[in-house]
Amino acid sequence: MIEFKNLHKSFGKLVVLNDLDLNISEGGIFAILGPNGSGKTTLIKCLLGMVIPHKGEITYNNKSVLGKWDYRNDLNYLPQIANFPPNLTVKELIEMVKNLRPKQSNEQDLIKLFGLDDSLQKKLGNLSGGTKQKVNIVLTFMFDSNLIILDEPTNGLDPIALIHLKELIQKEKTKGKTILITTHIMSFVNEVADEIVFLLDGRIYFKGTVDELKKQTNNDNLEHAIANLIAKQYA
Amino acid sequence: MLKILKYSFYDLMRSRWSYVYFLFYLILGFVLLFLNNDVNKAVITLMNIIIVLTPLIGTIFGVMYYYNSREFTELLLAQPINRKKIFMGQYLGISISLTLSLVLGLGIPFVLYGLFKSAAIFNFGLLLVVGSFLNFIFVALSYNIALSTENKIKGFGYAILMWLFLAVIYDGVFLISLVMFDEYPLDKFSLIATMLNPIDLSRILILLKLDISALLGYTGAVFRKFFGTNLGMLLSMSILVFWVLIPVLRMNLKLRKKDF
Repeated sequence: MIEFKNLHKSFGKLVVLNDLDLNISEGGIFAILGPNGSGKTTLIKCLLGMVIPHKGEITYNNKSVLGKWDYRNDLNYLPQIANFPPNLTVKELIEMVKNLRPKQSNEQDLIKLFGLDDSLQKKLGNLSGGTKQKVNIVLTFMFDSNLIILDEPTNGLDPIALIHLKELIQKEKTKGKTILITTHIMSFVNEVADEIVFLLDGRIYFKGTVDELKKQTNNDNLEHAIANLIAKQYA
Repeated sequence: MLKILKYSFYDLMRSRWSYVYFLFYLILGFVLLFLNNDVNKAVITLMNIIIVLTPLIGTIFGVMYYYNSREFTELLLAQPINRKKIFMGQYLGISISLTLSLVLGLGIPFVLYGLFKSAAIFNFGLLLVVGSFLNFIFVALSYNIALSTENKIKGFGYAILMWLFLAVIYDGVFLISLVMFDEYPLDKFSLIATMLNPIDLSRILILLKLDISALLGYTGAVFRKFFGTNLGMLLSMSILVFWVLIPVLRMNLKLRKKDF
């Protein structure tokens, strides 16, 4: 479904993605892991067309995405930092995003699910970090798209919201959607991810299921297995 | 693009600063008219203010809007919209709302004073046209600077420097070079040097129209001779158009390679 070929990106002298090749098949939850600064967000932003790679090709449903924009109608993205224009209210923001994307949306259920009814008329500048993240999640999940990209989705969420988020992700998965997640919370990965893509030094260091990773590193605990992979970088 | 324009425009129309700017021109217009009691004189005074102030406000609004809406721009970039359209929408939103503040703020007092019965209507119209051009030019220039500078403080500094250079320093250098090289023929030099600065060009354009170009001395004489009247106007206007188009073009080129 998504294919990255020989992807190369550097910021100044810092090489972030180094001839990266990755294939992501349709359906399932993929966790993109790696130490800080390993290029997870850059990889995602390349797919979204926000960062422009120096070399390489990215295809989505066998069509090149570089320089295009209409393919984004079929993907939902949850950005890492939820900062919205402070003068708008939550309701106005939702209306605006809906207006920009002429697509069926089901924001009412999500607003109820995350208990945002009381916040609808509040200005975004006055919301707490966790509430902003909930708004962010509503904006991401209210459209029906085949690809969902979540960048650190658990940031600032309370336990109940986290449970709802996990349910949402599972629900989308059963609909046959592809979900990409970056996170540092290993228990979250253990719970939801079907496959792990581990980035190191701008390349794919490991790709496979959680069990395969445990077997390869001779470790039963996912957190330690991942730490094992990162430790090789420091060694 | 129209949707983005609409939201940027609404967002700015909600901001307190748009109203402060509008009220400033409104008060300025009333004060000048009732102190001067002469539309023509008021136009000249206004010219001196507009030519320095609109570029400054355009520059500051442009840079501030870009840096303040960065995260929001990221949200938009992930939507199925062409990135050129996002930025062109924002650019037009700022420029149009500033132009509206200018035109309404000055227009209301002048109309109330009886502009339509006055012969100064064309001069006043020209003043507004030039002021609007300066808005579009300087918002575009400041957007260029902001797009090329990641650091907010640096971007702000560069933008203010750009304004200072075009509004003040350029004239100084121009005058010094005229004095230093006064033994050489400077007609062409002064013509070209004036055209390379949109603020100077606007000033000359209005002064020529006001028929007080004799006051300008050398430059005025050269301009009169070179441009005649209508042709000069047309040429200066088209150069102002270029001053809008070139930064906008560079903005679009820059956007093709820009990472967010």
